[in-house]
Amino acid sequence: MKSVPARVSATQGTAKTTAQAGAGAGLSNGNSHGGNTVKLHELTAYELGERLASGEVSAVEVTEAHFARIDEVEGKVDAFLALTRDEALEQARQVDDLRSGAEKLGPLAGVPIGIKDVLCTRGVPTTCGSKMLEGFRPPYDATTVRRCRDAGMPMVGKTNMDEFAMGSSTENSAYKVTRNPWDLDRVPGGSSGGSAACVAAGEAPIALGSDTGGSIRQPASLCGLTGLKPTYGRVSRYGLIAYASSLDQPGPLTRDVRDCALVMNVLAGRDQRDATSADVPVPDYVAGLTGDVSGLSAGVPKELMGEGIDPQVKATIEAAIAELEGLGMSVEEVEMPNVDYSLPVYYLIATAEAASNLARFDGVRYGHRTEEPVEDVYDLFAKSRGEGFGPEVRLRIMLGTFGLSAGYYEAYYGKAQKVRTLIKRDFDAAFERHDVLLSPTSPTVAFGIGEKADDPLQMKLADICTIPVNLAGIPALNVPCGMVDAMPVGLQIMGRPFGEDTIMRVGDAYQQATDWHTKRAEL
Amino acid sequence: MPDVSREVVEHVSMLARLALSSEEINRLQHEMGRILEHADKLQAVNTDDIPGISHVIPMTNVYREDQVGPSLTPEEVVANAPESADEFFKVPRTVEE
Repeated sequence: MKSVPARVSATQGTAKTTAQAGAGAGLSNGNSHGGNTVKLHELTAYELGERLASGEVSAVEVTEAHFARIDEVEGKVDAFLALTRDEALEQARQVDDLRSGAEKLGPLAGVPIGIKDVLCTRGVPTTCGSKMLEGFRPPYDATTVRRCRDAGMPMVGKTNMDEFAMGSSTENSAYKVTRNPWDLDRVPGGSSGGSAACVAAGEAPIALGSDTGGSIRQPASLCGLTGLKPTYGRVSRYGLIAYASSLDQPGPLTRDVRDCALVMNVLAGRDQRDATSADVPVPDYVAGLTGDVSGLSAGVPKELMGEGIDPQVKATIEAAIAELEGLGMSVEEVEMPNVDYSLPVYYLIATAEAASNLARFDGVRYGHRTEEPVEDVYDLFAKSRGEGFGPEVRLRIMLGTFGLSAGYYEAYYGKAQKVRTLIKRDFDAAFERHDVLLSPTSPTVAFGIGEKADDPLQMKLADICTIPVNLAGIPALNVPCGMVDAMPVGLQIMGRPFGEDTIMRVGDAYQQATDWHTKRAEL
Repeated sequence: MPDVSREVVEHVSMLARLALSSEEINRLQHEMGRILEHADKLQAVNTDDIPGISHVIPMTNVYREDQVGPSLTPEEVVANAPESADEFFKVPRTVEE
């Protein structure tokens, strides 16, 4: 592929690459330029970082260009629940001041970011897509948000999502329906649908999401983006409003793998405030993008290429796998029989954990409180919760409470934990022989708004390829790999625990050889 | 398929402290039944001698020394409360006079 600039390592990241040196010439005056010059909102985070470092463009100009784009397209896309223009421009000014003081800044300083509304942002409304948290202003930042602030990334706003991250289309948001920038009549996926839509629409070059059963990878797939669910424990969950604590992981949605690696260099690592964050060394993920995948071995789980996968999506994935084979990887089908049970295991475990986690919303310390007359404090809890939670959240709390209740615990939650062990063992066995596993991310391209909204079971089938990854705790990456019906298809690349560097190397090599990731939705 | 009776739904809603309308109980009875029917697939899996896992990445307890550090002020703690008085959360009376 010709349009990718020459590779530079992280330590050289501030040097301008030669391949695109000319493209930035018209950029120094901000966002008003025509002809063949590239618009700021079309650039990757890496490309913006280069231009910021060289002084071609200021952080304020970059941030203003993205808000100009938001003004232009947000009315069509509805990706955001809140915009933080003043705060973003203030942070951009600080970055520009530091840079003019010859301060050595990181490669993402001045690059704007969208933040999923599941992540707490100090003083900025954080609703988790729910009426339960309408008006809630957290007194602290999530660790991921803090790290992005410290890296100098202006937050443009909080992105829409399925209520409490429960859903696969963002239609479960209590506030608005977000539209897929590739086709405004289709969903962007979910639950991180706002994050995916804002990047696909050029409203921000990167965004943070969270992934419990596919909520980063599936919207990334449906919107033609790169998205990474890190290994459980790789990124701190502090300040991530909990859905299912043994499955949740925050991670990035970006335009390409190099941006994903840059963001992971910011996010990854141990956090004192999350005891489940792993004390495992963090490699330089950008330096790991060598472009060389020869000799790596890939397995293709038969169970993720069978029934339920749209035939055209399947053919597209097979072509992507052949492309990787052409780059020197060996490919072999693998059998992982217990993976077929992932969906029921996920329902039982995720809902049980959700029922426990969401017990904290009681109308006392924060969140919605009923205005109905109440008999006692229990009545206050029950009425506040009944009013504050939407229908999908109520269903999941009920299922989880049922699965944990006396008389049903062993048959449901207990059984699911045991089958989870078997699923994990299938992955362990596959990774003894293979470096990565490959599958579709989503069994179909983006579906129509309203098409599956009334059928929770049908909706959950959208996650059949992504859920096993969360159950096993492993990392997985989505990369765009083709189009069906003029909508993006995504390849899922799964890796060993803490093997983010390997799956990103594979995804990056694929992107160097192809140009699917450079395609942009037209709005 | 488990019998998700109206009584079961009402009992679970009490455990979950979730007030539900009569229509909502009907809806949940139907949807919970459908999903649990799907979950019954698991009963066919042999899990004799298989330990359950609650956590996939091996971890042990994490300890550290207590440290004095900055924390939220009482005003910040109650700032998001629907009702508060001074430094306290307000709730309906829980103890009889």
